[in-house]
Amino acid sequence: MEFSDEQIHRYSRQMILPGVGGKGQRKLTEAKVFIMGAGGLGSPAALYLAAAGIGTIGLADSDQVELHNLQRQILHRTCDVGLPKVESGKKTLESLNPEVRVQIYAERVTSVNIREIIKDYNLVLDGSDNFPTRFLVNDACYFERKTLISGAILRFDGQLSTFKPHANGPCYRCLFPEPPPPGLVPSCQEAGVLGAVAGIIGLFQANEALKEILGIGKSMAGRFLQFNALDLSFHELKIQKNPNCPLCGENPTIKELIDYSQSCQTGGSEKDSFYGDVCRGEDFNPQSPS
Amino acid sequence: MDLNLDVQEIQINKELNLKGKVCPYTFIESMLALEEMEVGEVLRIIVDYPPAVCDVPKSLKNEGYEILDVSPINETDWAIVVKNTEFK
Repeated sequence: MEFSDEQIHRYSRQMILPGVGGKGQRKLTEAKVFIMGAGGLGSPAALYLAAAGIGTIGLADSDQVELHNLQRQILHRTCDVGLPKVESGKKTLESLNPEVRVQIYAERVTSVNIREIIKDYNLVLDGSDNFPTRFLVNDACYFERKTLISGAILRFDGQLSTFKPHANGPCYRCLFPEPPPPGLVPSCQEAGVLGAVAGIIGLFQANEALKEILGIGKSMAGRFLQFNALDLSFHELKIQKNPNCPLCGENPTIKELIDYSQSCQTGGSEKDSFYGDVCRGEDFNPQSPS
Repeated sequence: MDLNLDVQEIQINKELNLKGKVCPYTFIESMLALEEMEVGEVLRIIVDYPPAVCDVPKSLKNEGYEILDVSPINETDWAIVVKNTEFK
């Protein structure tokens, strides 16, 4: 593929980087990234991936834009309130970079359709706001052997990791084998979230996606990052594959996708992730937002 | 002027005219051309943007390419001769 003058101009500041160049830019152009959720995490991630020239971005969200989303879901504008988030997101991404193909999925992603949806993508970013989806995305990525870049936020806290069980790394269930009991963890709707925290974690996800595609730097696979905005503190844990993992362990009990009940969630429709681990915080996070 | 005599003997595999182009595009387009070339092949780059005369060879050298020669062609244009090398 030859680069046009316009493409060289558009991507010059990253093509000039060591490890990118024309070859790297070509990898980005050929890459297909699926983003679960066009909300607080998906918005900044999608914007930066589109700006970087990712060839195809898949965007899945079944919600409409609401006024209270706009505090952090920067794919959407005030005039988009009421529109399906994926349509609003597609419009924004295409206006930023018309070269990017934005494939949208306005239907609810479930055990029935998720594998078919993600199978054509190279990489999955999870920006979902609820445990059923978080576990579903993890399990589907395991079965389809896709690298999963996972982000979560609540209040002033954020988390980040990359899961590559197909490359001997842990999966999400290695850390959190099952969803927490209903009602234990507050949602963003109940607990709130600082918009900038969504931006920070979403951009970390975009950054990791770019690294994975380019094959540069040190992957977040096997690493788990905790971020607190008030202290501006970062805490990193090493994580390993769990031999007793019900999904990717030695004697797996999960052989097919599971739709956990949405009704167990205290939260509503917002596409922000909340902590995946507060329920098991004794291991990973001393502070519980509840 | 022994150097220039030697340069004339170097086999040029490709020439890239970047007259009218400014930095960083001079460097980027040079790098793109080199990425498409085989190891050991030589690229001759023509530039007329004065800062590029210094910056392009410097940046290409930083990337690991071998600069064989930088010399003026006429009052406005310069030729940068660079060899594609095997590097990570």
